[in-house]
Amino acid sequence: MARKKRLLALASGGGHWIELLRLRPAFEGWDVAYVSMFENYTSSIPGARYYTVPDASRFDKLAFPKVFARALPIMLKERPHAIVTTGSAPMLAFLMIAKLMGTKTLWIDSIAQAEEMSSSGKVAKKLATKAVAQWPEVAKAEGLECWGAVL
Amino acid sequence: MLPFERLVRAVDDWAHANPSQDVFIQIGDTEYEPKHAPFARMIPMTQYRQRLRDCDLFVAHVGMGSILQALEDRKQMLMLPRHQEWGEHTTDHQIHTAERFGYLPGLKVVDTVDDLHREMSALLDAPLMMGDAISNHADPGLIAGVRDFLNGARA
Repeated sequence: MARKKRLLALASGGGHWIELLRLRPAFEGWDVAYVSMFENYTSSIPGARYYTVPDASRFDKLAFPKVFARALPIMLKERPHAIVTTGSAPMLAFLMIAKLMGTKTLWIDSIAQAEEMSSSGKVAKKLATKAVAQWPEVAKAEGLECWGAVL
Repeated sequence: MLPFERLVRAVDDWAHANPSQDVFIQIGDTEYEPKHAPFARMIPMTQYRQRLRDCDLFVAHVGMGSILQALEDRKQMLMLPRHQEWGEHTTDHQIHTAERFGYLPGLKVVDTVDDLHREMSALLDAPLMMGDAISNHADPGLIAGVRDFLNGARA
């Protein structure tokens, strides 16, 4: 049997993480490693490799370099064939590195963004191989596709 | 975890006024520490889910993670949205989320602490009608899209 290809699945803590977990059937056949923010999340993905990055979202803009410094060794160790993320902003660090490494990346904007694309999603649109939104109107306004939602 | 002082205080005050009720609060990085109910900064996710399954009423911010888990476990949920103007979040998206999802069976949204207190008591006396539990997976269209992207079938 051929070795499975490596997938890195990323999400910030809270809703982003729950959204990512709901995508798991799509990861079948891949060797999946996960990245989020809290050590205790490892209990929700038994058996999978799991890494954490600092909780750099929200109000603390200076924390981004810290995430970047953590993302780089994870990317070099995992050397994923693909990345899927449900956000948020800190995960942009992985998209930047992935772009340099030639790794294909998918950004799925959060279902919590019902009125307009998240600000990080607007950046991700330029960095990711593909970006999609979960609300048809949001996708349309950004010239993106909507494949459906996590709910 | 982003603090939510208003909600933590409100639930602690309710616990004070309702000493016979068994209340547990996860407070994240909130500065205020509850005085009338046991609390934790953050409990492991599996324990969190067990507490959610065992409770009679789930009170939370209007976060999608909270909503999805309440729907998966078919638990009645009372929600208070975070407001940007009070520094409770970076945007007002929780108010929009409340508008989009607040109508679902088993969910109720309030916007003031007074309403929260009243509804906490009311929902324990007369629980909301619940809908069917949702599956713990995304909708098939999104799953197929992600799968196709990964397999190179969708560029």
